[in-house]
Amino acid sequence: MSEKTTPEPQATSPDDSPEPADIREPGGTTSEAMASDVVLDTAGGQMPPSAVPAATLRRGRDQDGNGSVLHQIFTGNAMVSVLSVLLAIVLGGILMAVTNPKVAVTAGYFFAQPGDLLTEVIRPYTALVQGSIFNWAGADLAAQLYPITETLTVATPLICAGLGVALAFRAGLFNIGAQGQIIFGALFGAYVGFAWHLPIGLHLLVVILAGLVGGAVWGGVVGLLKARTGAHEVIVTIMLNYIANFLLLFLLTTPAFQRKGSTNPISPFLDSTALFPELLGPQFRLHAGFLVAIAATAFVWWLLNRSTIGFEFRAVGANPSAARTAGINVARSTILVMAIAGALAGLAGVAQVSGTEKYLSGGVAASIGFDAITVALLGRSTPWGTFFAGLLFGAFRAGGVAMQAQTQTPIDIVLVIQSLIVLFIAAPPLVRAIFGLNPRKKKTTTSGTAGSRTSGIKSGAAA
Amino acid sequence: MSATTQSPAGKQPGTGEGTGNTPGASRAGGPASTTELVSWKAGIGLGLLALLGTLLFGFLANPKSAGFRIAEARDPNASSTAAWVTLAVALAAAAYVGYRWLSQRREGGGVDRWIPATTISAVVVLGLAALGVARVEKITVPSMALGWICSVLLLALAGYACFLTVQRRRTPGWVGGVFAVVFLVGFMIWIVAGGRDPEPSISLGGLLAGAVTLAVPLVFGSLSGVLCERAGVVNIAIEGQLLLGAFSAAVVATMTGNVYVGLISAAVAGALVSLVLALVSIKYLVNQIIVGVVLNVLISGLTSFLFSTLLTADPEHLNKPGRLQAVDIPFLSDIPIIGPILFRQSLVGYLMYVAVIVVYVGLFHTKWGLRVRAVGEHPQAADTVGINVNRTRFINVLMGGAIAGIGGSFFTLVSVDAFSKDMSGGRGYIALAAMIFGRWNPIGAFLAALLFGFADNLQSIITIIGSPVPSQFMAMLPYALTVIAVAGLVGRSRPPAADGIPYVKG
Repeated sequence: MSEKTTPEPQATSPDDSPEPADIREPGGTTSEAMASDVVLDTAGGQMPPSAVPAATLRRGRDQDGNGSVLHQIFTGNAMVSVLSVLLAIVLGGILMAVTNPKVAVTAGYFFAQPGDLLTEVIRPYTALVQGSIFNWAGADLAAQLYPITETLTVATPLICAGLGVALAFRAGLFNIGAQGQIIFGALFGAYVGFAWHLPIGLHLLVVILAGLVGGAVWGGVVGLLKARTGAHEVIVTIMLNYIANFLLLFLLTTPAFQRKGSTNPISPFLDSTALFPELLGPQFRLHAGFLVAIAATAFVWWLLNRSTIGFEFRAVGANPSAARTAGINVARSTILVMAIAGALAGLAGVAQVSGTEKYLSGGVAASIGFDAITVALLGRSTPWGTFFAGLLFGAFRAGGVAMQAQTQTPIDIVLVIQSLIVLFIAAPPLVRAIFGLNPRKKKTTTSGTAGSRTSGIKSGAAA
Repeated sequence: MSATTQSPAGKQPGTGEGTGNTPGASRAGGPASTTELVSWKAGIGLGLLALLGTLLFGFLANPKSAGFRIAEARDPNASSTAAWVTLAVALAAAAYVGYRWLSQRREGGGVDRWIPATTISAVVVLGLAALGVARVEKITVPSMALGWICSVLLLALAGYACFLTVQRRRTPGWVGGVFAVVFLVGFMIWIVAGGRDPEPSISLGGLLAGAVTLAVPLVFGSLSGVLCERAGVVNIAIEGQLLLGAFSAAVVATMTGNVYVGLISAAVAGALVSLVLALVSIKYLVNQIIVGVVLNVLISGLTSFLFSTLLTADPEHLNKPGRLQAVDIPFLSDIPIIGPILFRQSLVGYLMYVAVIVVYVGLFHTKWGLRVRAVGEHPQAADTVGINVNRTRFINVLMGGAIAGIGGSFFTLVSVDAFSKDMSGGRGYIALAAMIFGRWNPIGAFLAALLFGFADNLQSIITIIGSPVPSQFMAMLPYALTVIAVAGLVGRSRPPAADGIPYVKG
């Protein structure tokens, strides 16, 4: 997104040669152009397609020379992302409208008073914005700004875990196991936090370190199994998620972890020296973990784009066979990338126990690990893209709670919108087809972009 | 065993596949390595397990006795004729198959694949029938003595495997099978003897019946996975298919007042999820794993949202499906112990057996199945001989979805008679695990699902009787076993070669 990417290893091959679709008549479908992209992406049908359709990235750059700037903007990735979000929000709005009995009532007199229907449809989204960005109904500035701090708080673990998933994506690995890695990070971090008593400053540092190690261990196991035995990481990570969860539930019933005098499976509170300092005073939950998340994002950016290891990761992700031929130790890269991805997810666990929750419980990871996948996909697996996607989903989460309280709209709608966004993002041709912006249809391009602009405005108004 | 000997494409139907693995063999069927170099994996693996077994069953054994109640599993009204007939039939079958086995061995030729499994099951049925005829109420065994016997047996088997490896001979499959059975027996005795009561006992019938019941959605889900993945499409969306199936079954059955319509709608709902999966992954060539994961989240959010808004507002008209009643199959349900377990099921339960058999025969003994597997292993080759790869995949994914949808209806029409949030509870992922553990084979997946159902049920039973093992570790078992299976520590599980890779013609 906003980062400067060094060229993807696979994109260095000059394939600006005319593709078959370019010579075909404009009315045709994009399937052949898409097909050639996929053939490249899958190394000629030898491996599954990458998480982020790399071909579209490439296509966006290819058009530097021959397409107009406007054309590029409207057919590029950023546009697809924005349209995906809009489309998902509109669909979510329709779903809420259909299930809301008041909407049916107001629709009865729609032509007499159309305002009522629109108010009723927009109300949940208004509450969402009010709960996530700025509450204009708040009494003082603190109350008005509370929602945005809440969004940043919720986004912190999402960003960290999302970075872990994104990093693995870039190396061609599907890290579905962020959930388990968060649990391990939280487990290690929390234990150090309440069982050890260290001086201020050092304690927090050790807690963070323990969380990183915990996540790295659980992620590294996956890399090790993948590199040594060829076990598919998707299956292994899904299974390790469950194992980590049951292990956590078990440990919380043992004397070492359970709070003294409590029958509930929760740990003691972490020492105050082990907590992230609050950034804006005690009335806000926002903690220094957010700064750590920013630092982590910068680190991943540096790792991927400026370091040798990162280059190796991306080369392995683009084509393991080619990377091996070029002398890269693929097994080592796999283990390392999973360990680092796990460490990042572990950091999310630390942000939970040491920042937001302040103790360890069975639900410490909530559904962050799974949301992280959607965050990484929305961010197209780039560090800063993931960062902003994490902020967006953090806003959805924080706003969803307020929405549920105010309008009785269940927070589950957030899940629907999130998954729809990712589904659309993952399939750019689908979005292009829906909005009629097909980059291959040269003659209809201008009308296509115009159409999209109006429909974009329309959907914006509906939301 | 089954998956290891396949050649990539153009297999003869029915020859390259394991017809029936016993549960034991699929648990620890590893020794049948096909490589010339004899690996130490079997010896070391069995050795470690044997040491663990000795430690638990021998040194940590409880002095109490372990009881297995049988009386409850037997219907008091069941005619003893059924028991006698079963006894006679099982005896005849065991004798006949045993004779075939011996004669084939004596002639020096290979033994047919189905014979060992059939013999073992005939002997098991024979034993159970004998228990039924003898009207035994309860088997009580001294756990200490039996624990030590099991430990010694385990150590002996592991030693034998090591001995064979030193001799540069491969460990035969039966060693792993026997080892698994002995380990299971020792484990059961140990765990029951560790109960809180002075004379702890569990109901054998209840244990097995619960296992089969809990396995029903897993079996359907894993069959869905088998159908999709054999055609080369990774199906992570099993969870979503089960969940939407459950939801749709509940709502439609309530609205129409007819549970059978609900059952059909569940299949349609499952196929609907599949339709999205197929469309996005086959037509738009999006990574199948991503689509699957996202679909699961989408369905979970959608059903939870609709549940919270519509279903809770008006449960009378939307969330009150009837139940599919259990139906006895005459005579078969009178068979002692296993009769009521296998033949006193709801319609969904019987459909499960039908589905397993149909999918197995379809995939491995028909022209259609050969084509499907060719598409999954080598789509280019399949295309060359005129098979429409993407259409085959599309149809298979739809069928898989429908099957998983029926499995989902189990939650709302059989097990509980109302829908609730996320009621599939991650079973779609266990079904995925069962499919892998069963090596992409319908029978294997069925047996693996039964094993997982057994572990699940055992976990809830030992929480009731109290046990030396924390229940969380029992709950972990299926997942841990799957990791071990995937990592190739026991046997090798190899997915279809083109699994997860979209096919682009040209």
